[in-house]
Amino acid sequence: MSNANAAAAPAGLVYLDHAATTPMLPAAVAAMTEELAQVGNASSLHSAGRRARRVVEESREIIADAYGARPSEVIFTSGGTEADNLALKGLYWASVAADPRRRRVLASATEHHAVLDCVRWLTEHEGAVGDCLAVGQAGEVTPAVLADAIEADPDNVGVISVMWANNEVGTVQPIAELAALAAEHRIPFHSDAVQAAGQLPVSLAAAGATALTITAHKIGGPVGVGALLLAKGAQPVPVLHGGGQERDVRSGTLDVPAIRAFAVAVQVATGRREDEAKRQAALRDDLIAQVLAAVPDAILNGAPPGPDRLPGNAHFSFPGCEGDALLMLLDARGIACSTGSACTAGVAQPSHVLLAMGADEARARGSLRFSLGHCSEQSDVDALAAAIGEAVERARRAAR
Amino acid sequence: MTTLRVLAAMSGGVDSAVAAARAADAGHDVTGVHLALSRNPSSYRTGARGCCTLEDARDARRAADVIGIPFYVWDMADRFHADVVEDFVAEYARGHTPNPCLRCNEKIKFAAVLDRAVALGFDAVCTGHHARLEPVPGAPGSTRLARSVDPAKDQSYVLAVLTGEQLSRAVFPLGDTTKDQVRREAADRGLGVADKPDSHDVCFIADGDTSGFLQRHLGSAPGDIVEADGTVIGSHDGSYGFTIGQRKGLRIERPASDGRPRFVLSIEPVSRTVTVGPAEALDVRQIEASRPVWSGCAPPSGSVRCHVQLRAHGDVHQGVCEPDGDGVRITLGEPARGIAPGQAAVFYDGDAVLGSATISRAS
Repeated sequence: MSNANAAAAPAGLVYLDHAATTPMLPAAVAAMTEELAQVGNASSLHSAGRRARRVVEESREIIADAYGARPSEVIFTSGGTEADNLALKGLYWASVAADPRRRRVLASATEHHAVLDCVRWLTEHEGAVGDCLAVGQAGEVTPAVLADAIEADPDNVGVISVMWANNEVGTVQPIAELAALAAEHRIPFHSDAVQAAGQLPVSLAAAGATALTITAHKIGGPVGVGALLLAKGAQPVPVLHGGGQERDVRSGTLDVPAIRAFAVAVQVATGRREDEAKRQAALRDDLIAQVLAAVPDAILNGAPPGPDRLPGNAHFSFPGCEGDALLMLLDARGIACSTGSACTAGVAQPSHVLLAMGADEARARGSLRFSLGHCSEQSDVDALAAAIGEAVERARRAAR
Repeated sequence: MTTLRVLAAMSGGVDSAVAAARAADAGHDVTGVHLALSRNPSSYRTGARGCCTLEDARDARRAADVIGIPFYVWDMADRFHADVVEDFVAEYARGHTPNPCLRCNEKIKFAAVLDRAVALGFDAVCTGHHARLEPVPGAPGSTRLARSVDPAKDQSYVLAVLTGEQLSRAVFPLGDTTKDQVRREAADRGLGVADKPDSHDVCFIADGDTSGFLQRHLGSAPGDIVEADGTVIGSHDGSYGFTIGQRKGLRIERPASDGRPRFVLSIEPVSRTVTVGPAEALDVRQIEASRPVWSGCAPPSGSVRCHVQLRAHGDVHQGVCEPDGDGVRITLGEPARGIAPGQAAVFYDGDAVLGSATISRAS
């Protein structure tokens, strides 16, 4: 492929784990490489600093424009985890500082650990009262569930966090409706949009959210840079203190090469988002059909294909299998996918997302996520379809 | 040589790392697997002494990276707990002295892990045990277990419980190598674990305090310490804290009438009576053992002259063993001292393992 916006996984690898990270776009690699050879701290006053500053601000404008934010509403971070930490902890501390009653933190049960573990930490160390929002069988958070949780006592809620789209099962949440409920009571509303940002029309303004988390490496940019899109007027208490960069909300020397590459990736991804979403959804639908044909008793987890599901996501439970055995067998065939669950000492834990959706532990352990991305092709789907039946058969024998 | 699909069990130590590297060098298709054996990794031994901590998992992963093989962690914690830890506690509760490493080989590495590996398409399991597999004379195509060339590190004793079928799917690449050579080779290969200290003791007893561990699991069960004639000379908090032949830690205040040191002679778990006496009362010539496994020869129809080893790294005794119903009767040429029920009796012909059985009674 000669297109500068095309990237490929390593030859021979069937890469179906784009939700973990996706190959960098060649244009982003080129921009980052060029920038790495430059000198200049964006906070410096001399010409080299001004040049760096200009790159940062141009990048900020591109990202702001792509995600319905003003440039001043883009706070660069080291990635999604840091942005989630800043949103949850910072907004919680700010709420409690304004009104000590506001100690309740609402988050959906299927949040990424970068959110859930913040809630837990705030509960264990900062006097927060974590309140888990139950999800339906497809992993959806209904406005009614959030409304009920708020109405229990609207005056004691410090911050609400519901992800835009789930990283494991791809369920898309009704963020604008949820954010509107929070806004009625002037409660800060955060959404982790890390998975959604490359695939769905994500907009801070249209959603009416207080803060959105995005990260570069899920959309063809480098690992190690992300942003918290932070609505004007929101003043989270900083997590990182120092030189006062980024509205005094996030100190630290700006990573100019990464930020520039982030903006390039955002530009490319945004420009072709609709076409890519259609293309990936079609591939994904074929993947689902082929997997179900090869393994008729496999269960598709999450919402049915359509507007409530990320176009690149397919997630199955394979009854009678252990996900880690399946993953190993597919890996041996050159197919990369994920069990989607957190690891402790490398031991796969049953996915908290599936458990929250009502799956039992065996079903949660026997699950795999296949996620498509900008360089996925029909041959990837076909390779999986050719391998999955035998792999499931073997994994079932091993689980007996 | 046939290329096998080999699953290399990698503990994070130097032996299993070099074993996996050698299997890969031999042309096998090797995949490294670290067995997570603790439900709570921080509760098992930390640092250099353990075999299943987070750091060990990391060391194993890094070794696999250096060797260039795929690596996964398999969660065997539930099986390990049921088959090794609970068995360990239950054996002590009935007055026996179990060997958990042997049980782990029998039930985990060459059973649960091997079965899963075979089901997933592997041909064999490779470990860093110091033992050899050699052809059985007169039985082409079959192999038997034999001692390592490094007598100080030989682990054939804790593998002798394996059946011929289990051994047919085992790969022990280190049996012809001394430990020093293994360490040098690890350094030459750039493996960071080259100078990692050996693991010792029981991996699931975090502080090394076996009697404290047993007390936590079995509670206090006080009883008497008596002499052979029944004279009560002391008391204890639990008979499981003792091992046949033990001399230290008896806490007997009254000296023996003859002034000589006293040793644990027997443990009676039902009455919780621990009998002590002089060293020569530990002498044993007749041993009954159960659950024999004949991996290195056909099950004998009559008596067999062989060498018998009665504990890990213990002395080797001349003896005769003969099948007796479901078990084996062992007669030693010279008396052996301090033989504990629950330990394995392993039968050797020279360096080759003929079989093994679990000691049930000694007299």
